[in-house]
Amino acid sequence: MGKKKVGIPRAFFYYIYYPAWRTYFESLGYEVVTSPETTKDIVDLGVRDALAEACVPVKIFFGHVQAVKDDVDYLFIPRVMSMNGKTIYCPKFLGLPDMIKAAVADLPPVIDVTIDARQSRLTLQKAAISVAKDLGHSSLEGLKALRKAVHVHKRYVALQRAGALPDEAIPVLFSGDRSAELNLLNSQKSRAKETIYKSPLRLAVVGYPYTVYDKFVNVNLLEKLRDLGVETVTMEMMDPALLDKQSYRLDKRIFWTFSDQASKAAYHYFEHVGEVDGIIHVTAFGCGPDFIVDKLMEIESKNMRGQVPFMSLSVDEHTGEGGIMTRVEAFCEMVRRRKEAAV
Amino acid sequence: MKKVTFPHMGTSVGVFADLVRDLGCEPIVPIRPNKKVLDLGVRYAPEFACFPFKALLGNYYEAAERGANYVVTSGGSGPCRAGLYGELSEKIMRSFGIDMTIIVFDSIYQTPFDYIKKINLLNDAKLSYWTIIQLVRLYWRKLQAMDNIERVSHQVRPRELKRDNTTDVFSEGVKWVNQAKTIKEVEEAERQGILALQQIPQDPTRQVVRVGIVGEIYVLLEPAINLEIEEILGNLGVQVDRSIYLTGWARDATMGHKDDYKKHATPYLGATIGGHGQESIGHTIMYARDGFDGVVQLAPFTCIPEIVTKTIMPKVTHDYGIPVLTFFLDEQTGKAGMQTRLEAFVDMLKRKQRTERGEGEDYARVSGN
Repeated sequence: MGKKKVGIPRAFFYYIYYPAWRTYFESLGYEVVTSPETTKDIVDLGVRDALAEACVPVKIFFGHVQAVKDDVDYLFIPRVMSMNGKTIYCPKFLGLPDMIKAAVADLPPVIDVTIDARQSRLTLQKAAISVAKDLGHSSLEGLKALRKAVHVHKRYVALQRAGALPDEAIPVLFSGDRSAELNLLNSQKSRAKETIYKSPLRLAVVGYPYTVYDKFVNVNLLEKLRDLGVETVTMEMMDPALLDKQSYRLDKRIFWTFSDQASKAAYHYFEHVGEVDGIIHVTAFGCGPDFIVDKLMEIESKNMRGQVPFMSLSVDEHTGEGGIMTRVEAFCEMVRRRKEAAV
Repeated sequence: MKKVTFPHMGTSVGVFADLVRDLGCEPIVPIRPNKKVLDLGVRYAPEFACFPFKALLGNYYEAAERGANYVVTSGGSGPCRAGLYGELSEKIMRSFGIDMTIIVFDSIYQTPFDYIKKINLLNDAKLSYWTIIQLVRLYWRKLQAMDNIERVSHQVRPRELKRDNTTDVFSEGVKWVNQAKTIKEVEEAERQGILALQQIPQDPTRQVVRVGIVGEIYVLLEPAINLEIEEILGNLGVQVDRSIYLTGWARDATMGHKDDYKKHATPYLGATIGGHGQESIGHTIMYARDGFDGVVQLAPFTCIPEIVTKTIMPKVTHDYGIPVLTFFLDEQTGKAGMQTRLEAFVDMLKRKQRTERGEGEDYARVSGN
């Protein structure tokens, strides 16, 4: 009798917490399965089930659920309300397991534990225990699994800070090859340094992780930029302390975690002119919070009298590669010319 | 003197204008959102702003044309975007060279010092806190009175003999409440308003179906935004029950039992998702349990909590058997289209009611036994 399987859809929180969640379930003795990388077929599956008014990331999530649900014994779709006790997430995250359960047929049992740091600072521990017990394990096993998960998460964050993208970092983390991991950690760091000298452009690509790192929805933007000789910086590569320093910008902290991060990342680069040559904001069509975030960035770019070129890139399920790359190439061209003229 | 405007929210306009005046500022009374207001809002708001944002921004611009330089509005701490609207609106207006300061009142429980600081900012008449509290009590009672009168109008309108009778009497009632100067006068105005409505000639034998209205608070409360949906339904013979009133407690009074929507909603939507997401689900279930014939869900286009709710609604309909009709409203919504959909919906509800009562109609008779 093989191990029981837990499915984690390859969307949304996958890009941030997959290493942690997979470690947790593997420690409890389960095999963790995820869906393949996003493809047109997966998106179509999602579009069928999700509401037309829903944003693209939600449709993609529905698609990934469809792609993974038939091969697993459990689906892990936690209700993540708040991880830091201060910021929450877009309402779609808060109601995600409920939407899936209401709209998708033939689901395996869904593990939809609530994680809310505003209710309790020990929310992760409580969740780890609750899930373990529901699956028939002891609280202690749950806590041990959590400890391992937190460890792996820290290593993952370190890799991201060094410039590794999720699909580079995750295989290395689970390969068991520690030396490969160290290589990645250092080579990314040194690669970043080399490219500063070699490549003529450095752009900040700001946006939510599930849009920035999903190669289908953003037509492989990061790779394409690297091909254009552009070094890219994403939110996950920034030191959180730098983001905190931008808190003075708004009277009220933006309550959605990723939006808060993205706005502050953009504000940082607007303020520290020259750290990057330009900012691209990647946003999903239909994103609610982004109408505010994008507008704030746009207003800020005008306030700074165009010192840091800014571009807003909207992606959706129909994203035509040609259209996007034309705009991006034009932007890079303009930024390059501007930089050379300034020298 | 500060020239202060505020959102136009149904019947509350007169009350807020009075409060602003008492505090020593000049109220720039917002006009009922019309085409000009919406055009202004659509022009300056980002494309995917939700409808309430566009309407409010349009109102602020229109008020700015009449000299307003302050706005008072409510806030929030999410997940609904409305908590950030004040700040965003101000930034947008300033980027176009308009000097508007937007004062956002969040929760007095979460940020009490901030709340009091902002009251002081408006309190140019230097009223004592005691006076302010007394004033708020009076105005709150006025809002409640208007809500109570409105509730009765929902019962009368479907049965009125002469069209628009109810609407006219209701406007009179609201005027009386606005003119009252003490709580006693408000209570008298409330009594008179309700009496006047009950005295409207009605047809007690008319078939009336009961429909609950759920959804996001702004589109629910502002008839200019929901294209007078309650009136349309009333004229179609529907006794409407709105699940959200500005003052809130009118709801408990209607139902005769506690508004425990959370308890009912949780199996379907396990958390507060902001806006009125859980309320929409919970209230729909409560309407079903109270024997209502149908539910209409009103939401602004792109409203995320309501999108989540709508995704879950079919399951509720399946489990409780209550039909739900959803409208996503924006500046393009046409009244005629809405009317047609509502007529079809009400038709179906009436037919269902007749069938359940055993008064079923024969649609086709196959001859030959």
